[in-house]
Amino acid sequence: MAEEKRSRPPRKKKERIPRQEMPVRSPEERNRDFNEVTLGFSEELALTEAKRCLQCPTHPCVDGCPVSVDIPGFIHLVTEGDFIGAAQKIKETNLLPAVCGRVCPQEEQCEQVCVVGKIDQPVAIGRLERFVADYEREHGKVSLPEIAPKSGKKVAVIGSGPASITVSYELLQAGHQVTIYEALHELGGVLVYGIPEFRLPKSIVASEIDTIKKLGAEIKLNMLIGKTRTIDQLMEEDGFDAVFIGTGAGLPVFLNLPGENLNGISSANEFLTRVNLMKAYREEYVTPVKVGKKVAVIGAGNVAMDSARSAKRVGGDGTEVSIIYRRARDQMPAREEEIHHAEEEGIIFNLLTNPVRFIGDEKNNVTQVECIKMELGEPDDSGRRRPIPIEGSEHIIEADTVIVALGTRPRKFIAETTPDLKTSKWGTFLADEETGQTSKQGVFAGGDIVTGSATVIKAMGAGRVAAKAINEYLAG
Amino acid sequence: MHKITRKRVLAPKITRFSVEAPEVARARKPGQFVVIRADETSERVPLTIVDSDLEKGTIDLIIQDAGFSTHVLSGYEEGDELTDVLGPLGKPTHMDNFGTVVCVGGGVGTAVLYPIVKGLKEAGNTVITINGARNKELLILEEELGAVSDELIITTDDGSYGIKGFGSTVLQGLIDEGKKIDFVVAIGPTMMMKAVAEVTRPYEIPTIASLNAIMIDGTGMCGGCRVTVGDEVKFACVDGPEFDAHLVDFDEQIAKHHYYDTEQACQMEKIIADAEQERS
Ligand SMILES: Cc1cc2nc3c(=O)[nH]c(=O)nc-3n(C[C@H](O)[C@H](O)[C@H](O)COP(=O)(O)OP(=O)(O)OC[C@H]3O[C@@H](n4cnc5c(N)ncnc54)[C@H](O)[C@@H]3O)c2cc1C
Ligand code: SF4
Ligand code: FES
Repeated sequence: MAEEKRSRPPRKKKERIPRQEMPVRSPEERNRDFNEVTLGFSEELALTEAKRCLQCPTHPCVDGCPVSVDIPGFIHLVTEGDFIGAAQKIKETNLLPAVCGRVCPQEEQCEQVCVVGKIDQPVAIGRLERFVADYEREHGKVSLPEIAPKSGKKVAVIGSGPASITVSYELLQAGHQVTIYEALHELGGVLVYGIPEFRLPKSIVASEIDTIKKLGAEIKLNMLIGKTRTIDQLMEEDGFDAVFIGTGAGLPVFLNLPGENLNGISSANEFLTRVNLMKAYREEYVTPVKVGKKVAVIGAGNVAMDSARSAKRVGGDGTEVSIIYRRARDQMPAREEEIHHAEEEGIIFNLLTNPVRFIGDEKNNVTQVECIKMELGEPDDSGRRRPIPIEGSEHIIEADTVIVALGTRPRKFIAETTPDLKTSKWGTFLADEETGQTSKQGVFAGGDIVTGSATVIKAMGAGRVAAKAINEYLAG
Repeated sequence: MHKITRKRVLAPKITRFSVEAPEVARARKPGQFVVIRADETSERVPLTIVDSDLEKGTIDLIIQDAGFSTHVLSGYEEGDELTDVLGPLGKPTHMDNFGTVVCVGGGVGTAVLYPIVKGLKEAGNTVITINGARNKELLILEEELGAVSDELIITTDDGSYGIKGFGSTVLQGLIDEGKKIDFVVAIGPTMMMKAVAEVTRPYEIPTIASLNAIMIDGTGMCGGCRVTVGDEVKFACVDGPEFDAHLVDFDEQIAKHHYYDTEQACQMEKIIADAEQERS
């Protein structure tokens, strides 16, 4: 079909091409391993999908993108079969297209405003982005940008998530010396410890990060700033001219309910760290992860979906995994695609249900979650209808493993040791949206540490903004 | 990479390593710990910093062979390297001149105790140290503790050396003798710390215990190290490892330590089977 279409003169292509589906592994197959769930476009599918783009002169999609990728530009290159050129076009503003093509919520960004979407389903921008990035990597065509002459300035970048990766990339390009300080033993932030392998293969993250190493960034792992060194020490003793803080929001929030400290109850961060960072699902890795027969995941965001689907894979056939969420289905914060995949994989959804307490056995192991049914009342501050407990509807959900996925907050190591850095009551750093400038001279911040838990692409957007401001600061 | 510059076997299954980690050596204070990962497939293991040498840029760690990872680590030799050393983590011990302080150490907990005894002595306290072990062979750091304590009392469970009995009993003895004690530090097996807390509770002697909670990252990211202290839940790696011993829920900690027993046993089996046929 694709062949037939291509041979037609472009002017006359009035016949509507449907949005191309991306091949996906069957739920029965993918539920047994950690390999990637979605398989990406073939060249044919990409060429066909790219033709759906109208090349709008107003390109609302670009404005919908937090880093303003030249979407019609790269899609045009795809239609010409110049996949490498298309990848490079994206990389002009987005260093991590293979990551973003997989995890960005395009349905709320570029694809939401796509003109084609007004009459049909929008152009599959994310899938095309992923395709060209994968093509470039798999064909060994990843090229390095040109680097400006050495400026002689040193910048310390704290953390190595998407915000920090972006800042480092841009500053290295501008000729500055960059040292990345990361607390964990691997670079990548949430991309390596949080988002699971089956959704974002770690080899892809590693290869995207490799670019930064090739550009000459100095990497210091196992460096918890605020403990091993402080910001002041970096600036006063170690000679850094500027600092970027991209330390994310890593502190897990718990419910503060009775019994929450029983064995078998962990945060999503703990569970996902054991599985992803420590690779507990692989035989040769020593870190244990325990998944019982009945797993309850509390929360309904991306993190909850990732936890539930990981638990299903670790637990195997005999394991039943359910989501417990106090609101209704269309209020779940996770991406539609993730919810859909979770449903396909047999995850049970206990909606309008809220935990009240956890019950354990004589060994202090959790066995049950007592819950209460909820109903939706008037809209609250967030505009969503407020869930209200239904009196007398308490009931028991059996669970020998509970994963709490209710969000995260920033940790305090840096705030506590750098008193002149101002924070909000949530512990996030106060930084100018336009520049990332904090209350301390020469110190910039961006990503989840400023916004609270958000998205990969927003963190990258903040990184770009800060890099620009840091360049100006260092020039001035 | 962090090279092991010195290895000493202190007692059967208890090994002391000096490890290159200049940045940690520079920043550490008594009571703090590191999280290490021996190699790519290893677990992250929290270990107290026993001592440091600024000139050599090394820190000293004491490892008790008590499970899979510590067993493997105990087999490391001088010249071998640890892939990751992160620290110093946790809050340093609050050092003050309290007056007379009794420090009770049990087993390998004595390793954690040593830098604290040293620090308390330097802060001007009169320090009585009770160093306990199951038997004479397993007793460690006798000489070092003797050098920084005003009085050192040795106990063994089987009476093979020093006083027969537990540190908590000796502490009770000191109190009964009418000794004025202003502060107590207990570090060792959870049962022992719980016993010490019960001894000092009726006399309202401020007592701290250093918990060896289960940890993964050691940086406040996972909450695996949660501990109930009074009516609050704390993260041992960030808020601790030392807490008010009269408020800690020791039973909860003991239960947590047994949660991964089966996995540990499986891994030990693996060692025994010499990593041949693995089942789990
Ligand atoms: C399970 C999960 C699934 C997600 N799914 C999606 C998704 O599908 N799509 C999406 O867009 N977003 C998703 N997100 C959110 C997204 O990953 C984050 O918004 C994004 O990673 C934030 O980037 P960042 O650079 O601000 O920080 P992070 O990625 O959090 O990186 C911060 C880094 O700083 C390090 N660090 C922290 N403190 C210190 C210190 N004191 N010294 C040194 N280093 C320090 C940390 O170890 C970490 O490596 C998900 C998040 C999680 C947890
Ligand atoms: S809005 Fe849609 S159709 Fe228009 S340029 Fe962007 S991707 Fe193409
Ligand atoms: S060890 Fe992870 S939070 Fe303490």
